[in-house]
Amino acid sequence: MPDGPANEFRFDSVDDVRDRLRKVDYLSDEGIAGIVYLADRLGKPILVEGPAGTGKTQLAKSVAEITNARLIRLQCYEGLDESKALYEWNYKKQLLRIQASKADGDSTGWDQIEEDIFSDDFLLTRPLLEAIRAEDPVVLLIDEVDRVEVETEALLLEILSDYQVSIPELGTITARQIPLVFLTSNNTRELSEALKRRCLFLHIDYPDMEREKEIVLTKVPDISESLADQVARIVRSIRQLELKKSPSVSETLDWARTLMLLGVEKVDAEVATSTANILLKYQTDIAKANKELSNEASTVNRAAK
Amino acid sequence: MGEQLAVAGAPMLALLNGFIIELRQAGLPVSLTEHLDAMEAVKHIPLEDRAAFKYALAATLVKNNAHWRSFETVFEVYFSLRGREYAVGDELADLPEDLLDELEQMMSGQGDGQMQGGGGHEALSAEELAEMLYQSLLRGDQSMMRAVARQSVKRFAGMEPGRPVGGTYYLYRTLRNLDLDSVMNRLMDQSRSGRDDEPLTPLEERLERDEYESRVEQLKQEIEAEIRRRLVADRGVEAMAKTLRKPLPEDIDFMHASRDEMKLLRQAIYPLTRKLAVRLARKRRHGRKGPLDFRNTVRHSLSYGGVPAEPKFRYPRPAKPEIFVIADISGSVAAFARFTLHLVYAIANQFSRVRAFVFIDGIDEVTRFFEGTEDIVESIHRVNTEADVVWVDGHSDYGHAFETFWSKWGKEVGPKTTVLILGDARNNYHAAQSWVIKEIRHRARHVYWLNPEPRSYWDTGDSIVGEYGTHCDGVYECRNLRQLEKFVDVLT
Ligand SMILES: Nc1ncnc2c1ncn2[C@@H]1O[C@H](COP(=O)(O)OP(=O)(O)O)[C@@H](O)[C@H]1O
Ligand SMILES: [Mg+2]
Repeated sequence: MPDGPANEFRFDSVDDVRDRLRKVDYLSDEGIAGIVYLADRLGKPILVEGPAGTGKTQLAKSVAEITNARLIRLQCYEGLDESKALYEWNYKKQLLRIQASKADGDSTGWDQIEEDIFSDDFLLTRPLLEAIRAEDPVVLLIDEVDRVEVETEALLLEILSDYQVSIPELGTITARQIPLVFLTSNNTRELSEALKRRCLFLHIDYPDMEREKEIVLTKVPDISESLADQVARIVRSIRQLELKKSPSVSETLDWARTLMLLGVEKVDAEVATSTANILLKYQTDIAKANKELSNEASTVNRAAK
Repeated sequence: MGEQLAVAGAPMLALLNGFIIELRQAGLPVSLTEHLDAMEAVKHIPLEDRAAFKYALAATLVKNNAHWRSFETVFEVYFSLRGREYAVGDELADLPEDLLDELEQMMSGQGDGQMQGGGGHEALSAEELAEMLYQSLLRGDQSMMRAVARQSVKRFAGMEPGRPVGGTYYLYRTLRNLDLDSVMNRLMDQSRSGRDDEPLTPLEERLERDEYESRVEQLKQEIEAEIRRRLVADRGVEAMAKTLRKPLPEDIDFMHASRDEMKLLRQAIYPLTRKLAVRLARKRRHGRKGPLDFRNTVRHSLSYGGVPAEPKFRYPRPAKPEIFVIADISGSVAAFARFTLHLVYAIANQFSRVRAFVFIDGIDEVTRFFEGTEDIVESIHRVNTEADVVWVDGHSDYGHAFETFWSKWGKEVGPKTTVLILGDARNNYHAAQSWVIKEIRHRARHVYWLNPEPRSYWDTGDSIVGEYGTHCDGVYECRNLRQLEKFVDVLT
C-alpha cells in the first residue's frame, strides 16, 4: 500500500468534518462525521448503505467539495464490466496503427507494433484507473454498487485494499495518494463478504426530526422555521406508518419546495392531502397516509375528552 | 497523537478483545481483518467520546445493518460503566442546578410544599417525581429525563443485589409505577388547553401525540439503560452480556418471533430473495452461449494482429424461472405461515412467474392476492380471509390438499418449474398421498421441502416429513433466516 504523504490528514477532528460539511449545506450526524473522519485516518474506503434518497451520493460529493478534491464517479449498472469501469484498449486506433504499418510495407516487426499499440497512447482510462492515476486530490465515488453482478465486484477488490490495479500489458499501477473512496448501496442485494471486509460500513437511515428540519431549512430558500418544523413533523409521522415506500429526504425537500410555491404557511389536513402525491409514490400509501392523518381515530380521542 | 495512542494501550486492547469475543458469541461474524481495523480505529477515537466511539467500532466490526441491534446491546453492556457521567451513584448530581431550582419553584408554586431535604436533593417525594416526569416530557429535556429515569428505577424497580431476575421484569415494574398513559393524557390536555379559542385539528392531535410518544420512547431508553447499568454493576459484564444478548435476525426462530422481531425478519428477507432469484436464474444459464459480442471479439483480436481468432459471446440474459410455492398456513405453523407469506410476497416481486398456493386441509391458489397490489398487509389479509383452505374441519390434511392440488393444477407443473413446499408435515394421521409429490417431481425441474420444525422433531408424532422427503430433491430444516440462506446457497 502506498504510504501517501505522511501525516497529512484531511480533518482535525470529528467536529471538523461536521462543521465543514455543514458549510457546504450537508447536514451530517455523529455517525456520518465520525466515519468520514475515521476513513481519512485509516485510509479505508467507506461503504455507505441505506434507503434511496438519504444523501449517500451527496455525502461523497460534499466531502469532495470540502477537501478541494476532484470527484470521480463510477455509476454502476447491471452489466457493467472491466472495459467501462477500469480501462479499455482503443481498438479502433490500434487497428488503424496496424493497418498503417502494413501499408508502410512493414518495416516494423510485429513485436515492435505490439509494444506500441499496448502503450499509454492507446489506453482509454475509465473511472477506477483514472482515480488511481490521478496526481491531484480526488474522491472516488462508486455509486450504487449493488447494481452490478456479484462477480463484477471482484474488479474492485484490488483497488479497495491496495489502491492499485494490474493491467496485464502494462503491469501494476499504484496510486500516488490514498484517495477517499465512497461506495454506495441501496441494499437491493447483499454485497460479498470480501468487499465488505475491506470497507468501513456506514448505514444512513432517514434523519431524525431535528436533522431533517435543518436539512429543509438549509436546502429550501426562504422557508420559515415554522413551516420547516411542520414539514419535518408530518414526514416523521408518515414514516411511522407501514408503507410500501417511505418518503425520502429528497421527497421531503420536494414537498417543502412545493408548499413554498403554493404560498402555504400552515399545513392543514387539506393541504397535506392534496400534496401527498409529492411525498409518496404509491396510491395505496397515499390513501393510507391521508386516512391516518385526518382520521377518526384521533377524533375519537378528542370526543372522549 | 501520542496522547490518543495512550488510550489504545494494553487495557484498551484487552477490553476490545473481550468485546469482540462477546460479539462473536452473540453470533456476529467478526473477521480477523475487522478486529485489526477496530484496534486501529480506537487509536483515533477516544473512549470518552462515547457516541463516536460506538460508531467507530460499529463501522469496523458490523457490516450489516440488521446486526446493529445485537451490536448495540453488547456495546451498552460492555461499556456501560465507563465514562464519568455513566457511573452508578449520585442520581441527582448530573442534573443542572438551575433545573432543580426551577423544579423546586414549580412545586412550591403549586402549593405542594418545598422540596424535601432542603438543598440536598437526596430524595424526591412521589409527587415531586411525578411532576418532574411530566415536566421532562413536556420539555423534551434529555438530562431531566435521565434524572427521572434514575430516580424511578431506584424507587420502583425493586432491584436487589444478586437477585436472579432479568431486565424486562425491572422495566415492567418501573413503567407500571410511572403510569405513562395518564401522563400522556395530561400532556395532550395541556396541548389542547393551550388553545381554548379553537380545538386541535385531527392532524394537530396526531402530530402532538407522535411528538410526545417519541419523547416517551426516549425516556424508556433511559430507563432501560439505567437498569442495565445497575445489573452490570451488580453481576458483572460477562454474565449480563449473556443474559441480555439479542439474537441476530438470521437466528430468530420463525415459529417464536415477537412482533418486533417479525419486523426485523421482513427487512432482512428482501436481499435474500433477490439472491435466491439470482441463484435460480444462474443455474439455467450455465453452459449456454448468447449472441456474438462484436466489440469484445475485436478487442481480443488485437492480441492476434487484428485477426478475430477468438470469437466472444455475450452472456445470455438469465432466463426467468418459474416457481410454485405451496405453503401450509395451519395453526401449528401460524407464526411460520405469516413469515411464509412475506417470503412469497418477496419472491413474487423477484420472479415474473410465481404461483402461490396455501393449504390447511383444503388448498387454494392465492397468486391473485399478490398481484397488482403494493400492499403486503392487504395481500396477507386477503389470503387469511378469502383463501378457501378449509375442507372439513380446518385441521391439517396434507394428503387431501396434495391430491386436490394434483387434480386441479398438476398439469401446469412443467420442466421449468421449481416447487417449494413449506410446512411441518404434521398430517393429523390422515393418509399421506405421497404419490402426488412423486408425480410432481416427475414433471418439475426440482422439488424442495422446507420444514420450520427442529430436525429432532421430524417423524415424531404425526409428522411424516420423511415419507414425503423421499420424493423430494431435498428436505431442509428452515427455522430461521440463516438456514433459509443456507438452502439458497445449496441451490448453486
Ligand atoms: N444530510 C443531508 N444534508 C443535505 N442534503 C441532503 C442530506 N441528505 C439528503 N440530502 C438531499 O437529498 C437529495 C437526495 O440525496 P442523494 O445523495 O441523491 O440520495 P441517495 O444517494 O442516498 O439516494 C439530494 O438533493 C441531497 O442534497
Ligand atoms: Mg445515490
